[in-house]
Amino acid sequence: MTGSELIWRIAGGSGDGIDSTSQNFTKALMRAGLHVFTHRHYPSRIRGGHTYVEVRAADHPVKSRGDGYDFLLALGDSFARNPQASGEAYYGNEEAKPLSENLDELREGGVIVYDEGLLDADEIEDFDERVEENDWHVYPLDLRGLAREHGREIMRNTAGVAATAALIGMETDPFEELMNDRMSGDILETNITVLEEAYEEVDSKDFSHDIEVPTGSHDEEQVLVNGSHGVAYGALDEGCRFIAGYPMTPWTDVFTTMSQHLPEFGGISEQVEDEIAAAALAIGASHAGVKAMSGSSGGGFALMSEPLGLAEMTETPLVLVEAMRAGPSTGMPTKPEQGDLEHVLYTSQGDSNRVVFAPGTVEECYEQSREAFRIAYEYQIPTIIAIDQKLAGELVSVPASVFDREPNPDLGSVLTEEEISEAAHHESGKYNRFQHDPENGVSPRTIPGQSGGRFLASGNEHTPQGHIEEDPDNRVAQVDRRTRKLEAIRDDLDGKETSQQTPYGPEDADHGILVWGSQQGTVEEAVDRLNDQGESVKSLGVSDLMPYPKEEVTEFLESVDECLVVEMNITAQFRGLTQKELGRFGEKMSSLLKYNGNPFEPAEVVEGFEIQINGGDEPPNAQVRIEPAAGD
Amino acid sequence: MSAFSAIGSGEQDEEIDRDAFTPGIEPQPTWCPGCGDFGVLKALKGAMPEVGRSPDETLLVTGIGCSGKLSSYFDSYGMHSIHGRSLPVARAAKLANPDLEVIAAGGDGDGYGIGGNHFMHTARENHDMTYIVFNNEIFGLTKGQTSPTSPKGHKSKTQPHGSAKDPVRPLSMSLSAGASYIARTAAVNPRQATEIITEAIEHDGFAHIDFLTQCPTWNKDAKQYVPYTDVQQSEDYDFDVTDRREAAEIMHETEDKLHEGEVLTGRFYVDENRHSYGQEKRSTGEMPEEPLAERYFDEDYEWERSYDLLDAHR
Ligand SMILES: Cc1ncc(C[n+]2csc(CCOP(=O)(O)OP(=O)(O)O)c2C)c(N)n1
Ligand code: SF4
Repeated sequence: MTGSELIWRIAGGSGDGIDSTSQNFTKALMRAGLHVFTHRHYPSRIRGGHTYVEVRAADHPVKSRGDGYDFLLALGDSFARNPQASGEAYYGNEEAKPLSENLDELREGGVIVYDEGLLDADEIEDFDERVEENDWHVYPLDLRGLAREHGREIMRNTAGVAATAALIGMETDPFEELMNDRMSGDILETNITVLEEAYEEVDSKDFSHDIEVPTGSHDEEQVLVNGSHGVAYGALDEGCRFIAGYPMTPWTDVFTTMSQHLPEFGGISEQVEDEIAAAALAIGASHAGVKAMSGSSGGGFALMSEPLGLAEMTETPLVLVEAMRAGPSTGMPTKPEQGDLEHVLYTSQGDSNRVVFAPGTVEECYEQSREAFRIAYEYQIPTIIAIDQKLAGELVSVPASVFDREPNPDLGSVLTEEEISEAAHHESGKYNRFQHDPENGVSPRTIPGQSGGRFLASGNEHTPQGHIEEDPDNRVAQVDRRTRKLEAIRDDLDGKETSQQTPYGPEDADHGILVWGSQQGTVEEAVDRLNDQGESVKSLGVSDLMPYPKEEVTEFLESVDECLVVEMNITAQFRGLTQKELGRFGEKMSSLLKYNGNPFEPAEVVEGFEIQINGGDEPPNAQVRIEPAAGD
Repeated sequence: MSAFSAIGSGEQDEEIDRDAFTPGIEPQPTWCPGCGDFGVLKALKGAMPEVGRSPDETLLVTGIGCSGKLSSYFDSYGMHSIHGRSLPVARAAKLANPDLEVIAAGGDGDGYGIGGNHFMHTARENHDMTYIVFNNEIFGLTKGQTSPTSPKGHKSKTQPHGSAKDPVRPLSMSLSAGASYIARTAAVNPRQATEIITEAIEHDGFAHIDFLTQCPTWNKDAKQYVPYTDVQQSEDYDFDVTDRREAAEIMHETEDKLHEGEVLTGRFYVDENRHSYGQEKRSTGEMPEEPLAERYFDEDYEWERSYDLLDAHR
């Protein structure tokens, strides 16, 4: 085992505290100086059902979950001990699942700790053979018994963490510190007793494995955050003080993070009756002069289609989040997919325009959420931040300095009352809100309550004052102006010092990989491995989906012989978009697709790339798909 | 100087009159001759000087339908939104700037049909705003289909055999949903309509007006709401408008009788004691004391930073 990284997996039943236990463990690793990246696997049910969280910890920054893992901590409660069931477990005979479900990906030489108080390895038919074959080290421990003896039964998770720490050579201090932060009194004391006693007990034994925690120290202070924090904090820093929403996984994380902090920041959060209302509220607040947002996931976002168009037609700034999960319909609520790309790009009637950003990392979630607000308010256009379940919910360590930026509450293209008094008005006294001819398409707005600024914002085609008008000349002038905004936005984004597209790998590489959204890190890791292996590869993570960064992507595609496009859907939506926007490169691009509910692992991308280069259309495994380039 | 100097100007300015709310030159209403919608426009214009609000401090949000065009013919800040969604737009504007006078309006299809869910929840939350529903018992703009208020048996192109549904009961719905001011008036009674709109605007809470408007084009009997009885004027009706039970009873009676030729109008329920949603939200600390919108124009305001939240993530 190399000493540079460790991947630890904690598995059990949904509702067993796997999430909170893993978070503590992850934080302890981060506090010990390591970079961490987590991966959550959970079913859409509240109790029971197999769930795991994987924590990858390394002495260097990590960009993906990695492939496989080294250490399994198998807990198991809701399978084996359901209060409603006597004898047989309520959820079927699944007692051994935390063990049996996780063996396939455990690496050779790996460690298994399982709670023998609740799990029985004998129930798994070929357990012993597999252990021998893979040279696994198995430590059955009565975690439940330990917890009972020194504290309370529910503290088996603490005993499991203590056992892990003892087995990988970690001190208990960071755990005790974390407990001190979170608990007090009796609960704190018993937890610490369980932690220490379990640690002692395991530490006194002899181990033969060679898996240990890496040692690391950060150059900069790190914080443990996910993409939802990134989006929410970006919004707060950009002056967003109003959110309206309706819960839907995985958008709920952004919604609750905002709701938790808005009151203390002097803002307003509204949980409303449905997503149509949510988007309409955000429009109302924005119209009245407050930076506002809403959002949802697939199905809820579908309901926002009409308000989205209203925001565009009335030129009311609006920021929406689409946290994608597998579809169609309610699909798989807790599984990531990038299947809503076309939905996000084209939903709503007419030649409607919006700006779409798809950040690829937590840092980019923060940056691009700020950018989404800046653009929406400057250009009076709806902007959408498209993330997915993986990016929304998986915690990673990020330098704290990422969030250290000045707030920007600027409302964008809004007139002051002084400016209103000098601005052109219609002879009826109405402000010419929607003038035909401003250069970048943006005609400044006024806010209700401002003297002399009144106008009508109509979702129907309208005159410069906002009145319904179907005159052909007016129609053409208004459509042209609204459409012109996208060109202006493209110029604005291109003129920025750093691009939102993320190039990676040697500039003069022969081959390319295009990727968007949450799969960016995984692809970058695959690029490193391929280059280490002697290939010549670079990647480009594309975040601006509309308006599309034509120049940058063209340059990238021109510079490579062949390009693999990696995305999580079956219809190759991003490759389709690229081909549509650029009008060529069909013969250069092939696709690596996955839509089984799990994100790519770097090894799958490596293998997919090798297949592309060496020819063949057999995918790396049965759940990944290769789509050859046009003409192949 | 305040960023919203129009706000409060109405009360000081004695000059405010109904003409201030008439767009100077265009557009001319495109409603059919004899349409009841003219009555709403007239009553609303008449009410504004009474409440002392100026066009620039008023926001009128409408839905889609003949009724939705009200915002085109009434000169104030406005949003002509989408079918059924005027209420969510309006209530957020009120939360964002509670000093604004916010009025929402739309048809019976708009408000009781497609937007029924929003109606229920806006009433429940008791937002401080006025909601005028043009009740013409028909879909006007889409040319005469059955609406939620059309009487049972009503024949239209979409229900050629006559509607098998009982009409909705807007007043009772409103009461059970939680509106704190509920009235019905009619375009055929402009004086009462102006009075009721004035009261509704002055009411601190969700004021719902079911406004009977005749549609001579699609509901051939243009005189459908004549004669009417004003429950406050009539000796036959003696009830306490602040009493929920009495209000419920008279509403039921009113709704039963509507299609039997007896049209009751007037105030049906008034609760002055219930706090508006904004007040409730402020009292739980979920909403700032000062109008949020003003903050964006306040150069001295110190904006909080997300960086201060990082402790929980360390
Ligand atoms: C989502 C949606 N569905 C349908 C329509 C078409 N539509 C426009 S107005 C209207 C009904 C209008 O009836 P009502 O609300 O009673 O208003 P009125 O025209 O009678 O004043 C309909 C169905 C629309 N604009 N949007
Ligand atoms: S169709 Fe009916 S509701 Fe519409 S304008 Fe004509 S009369 Fe009025």
